[in-house]
Amino acid sequence: MKSKAAYLTPYFLWIALFVIAPMALILYQSFFSITGHFTFANYEEYLSSSVYLKMTFNSIWYALIITVLALAISYPTAYLINQLKNKQLWLLLIILPTWINLLLKTYAFIGLFSQNGSVNDFLRFVGLGSHQILFTDASFIFVATYIEIPFMILPIFNSLDELNPSLINASRDLGASNWQTFRRVIVPLTMPGVKAGFQAVFIPSLSLFMITRLIGGNRVITLGTAIEEHFLVTQNWGMGSTIGIILILAMFVVMFLTRDRKNRGGQIR
Amino acid sequence: MAGKVIEFRHVIKSFDETQVLKQIDFEIEAGKFYTLLGPSGCGKTTILRLIAGFLHPTSGEILFNGQTINEVPANQRQVNTVFQDYALFPHLNVEQNVAFGLEIKKVDKKIIKNKISDALKLVQLSGYGQRNIDELSGGQKQRVAIARAIVNEPKVLLLDEPLSALDHKLRKEMQGELRALQQRLGITFIFVTHDQEEALAMSDQIFVMNAGKILQSGTPVDIYDEPINHFVADFIGESNIIPGKMKDDYIVTFDGHDFECVDAGMKTNEAVEIVIRPEDLDIAPANTGKMNVTVDTQLFRGVDYQITAHDVNDNEWKINSIHKTTVGQMVGLNFDPEDIHVMRFGEDEATFDARLEQYE
Ligand SMILES: Nc1ncnc2c1ncn2[C@@H]1O[C@H](COP(=O)(O)OP(=O)(O)OP(=O)(O)O)[C@@H](O)[C@H]1O
Ligand SMILES: [Mg+2]
Repeated sequence: MKSKAAYLTPYFLWIALFVIAPMALILYQSFFSITGHFTFANYEEYLSSSVYLKMTFNSIWYALIITVLALAISYPTAYLINQLKNKQLWLLLIILPTWINLLLKTYAFIGLFSQNGSVNDFLRFVGLGSHQILFTDASFIFVATYIEIPFMILPIFNSLDELNPSLINASRDLGASNWQTFRRVIVPLTMPGVKAGFQAVFIPSLSLFMITRLIGGNRVITLGTAIEEHFLVTQNWGMGSTIGIILILAMFVVMFLTRDRKNRGGQIR
Repeated sequence: MAGKVIEFRHVIKSFDETQVLKQIDFEIEAGKFYTLLGPSGCGKTTILRLIAGFLHPTSGEILFNGQTINEVPANQRQVNTVFQDYALFPHLNVEQNVAFGLEIKKVDKKIIKNKISDALKLVQLSGYGQRNIDELSGGQKQRVAIARAIVNEPKVLLLDEPLSALDHKLRKEMQGELRALQQRLGITFIFVTHDQEEALAMSDQIFVMNAGKILQSGTPVDIYDEPINHFVADFIGESNIIPGKMKDDYIVTFDGHDFECVDAGMKTNEAVEIVIRPEDLDIAPANTGKMNVTVDTQLFRGVDYQITAHDVNDNEWKINSIHKTTVGQMVGLNFDPEDIHVMRFGEDEATFDARLEQYE
């Protein structure tokens, strides 16, 4: 019994210091005005201001687009990789870019997308003229999706990899075509991977800020941008913390919606 | 009369360079219980996968009702499989698993309901429809797998060692149930096992395989009584295999003596092996039998004693006897001419059958 407690102590310490304490601090901060008085005004302002509500909507909307795009690209990719001979190697190649610093990757895209970047060079070369690529919604979504894709592929790949191949044979054996097998067996059985990928992409995407600034040119203002602004520019830590609390709540909502629900049988559809 | 459902013509299957099946030829008749019997890795599952359509032959032809099905995809074949690991869908409950094939065929919902309940009743799992797969025991899973297959009314049911995961008692029970089920439904069963007792107990027809070849096919009694070679004799039941010589038709020499036998059609003085089953040997007082052996061990097994002994040439003899002997004692052995089975070296099945035909 004693040894078990000893094992768990570092874990509890870690949770207390790096999870509970920061959240408690944020919650505490969110009840103070910019002048240092205890108040509910931050929450009142957040809920009544159309600016903040629009920002919230924007965050959710863009995070959703990024997640759905990442899913649409990642599922087929994970599926194809899983069919390949050296699948672990191919997976590694996809995971590799995540080891490069995010800021570096972002600057690389600035280089690619700028007026004198390679993409515009190419467009001019094929006679399409140069275009404003940087600082558009499209480039923001493109880069954000690119960065999030590995985090979507990994859990989906794992769930496909764990799928017992004899289940696919069983489905074929019972007369299902490839498509029917995919829809009735493969998709439901890889749902846990899709949900994990959804969480891993959607939640961080809610609070993206660096890419919105460097690639999106601050045209898209999300909650992440707002938090950065409040802490670093306006110094309104109370409001920043309030938005932080909102994001944490959003996180819990997403986790609740995508939780593992055990299929308790049910009727035949 | 029942015709051929499945036929293999010179089927060869290779994976990369290795030939896993070396020229397989056989015919499967409708409504019978067939067993593929052989040691691990001999290619039993590969044959089932070829029939089901998960694999395609490297060369040769597979026919179904007289038509080549080499190119027919698995989902369009009228066979269903009970997989070695059951392969039940974990995201569906028992009822949904059984319904899977019928839903794919877009059968009417009401009919599906009836068929499911019939199928579950058949495998004695009525009332388990709403259970999750992970709430079932091994034997129950196996029965769901059978229900899921037979509900589609296949022409042929393939069963890949479905009983190997069960304990001895349940296994015996399921053997009886499967056999009864097959006779009730009249569906052709192709059953895979590496357990010779199971094969003998259940089958109409057994194919004994080794290393990608079918060595012998026949009824359980044929194969048990007339094994074609050393491998089959050894694999099917316990046996005494002794080197000998064919002195003349109906006379074989082993252990320095001539014995009367029922085999013929071989060359004079051809080297052969003879097989005598332990239960065909009777113990007699020393010097009153056809030969003498000295008892080495004796084991009581409930119904009889399992005795090992050796003769003057140090050949080992296994004897099953209901009479007790004494270890270290010399005893006589008696057997009848028809208990001696003569096997030639390297005789193939066709020649073997033809030779047996001549003098039977
Ligand atoms: N996909 C494959 N690729 C390469 N070799 C294979 C493949 N499938 C089977 N084999 C080889 O073919 C041989 C026969 O395999 P098979 O599965 O038919 O054996 P089995 O008789 O069913 O054995 P067991 O009783 O162990 O199930 C084995 O040596 C196996 O290693
Ligand atoms: Mg096998």
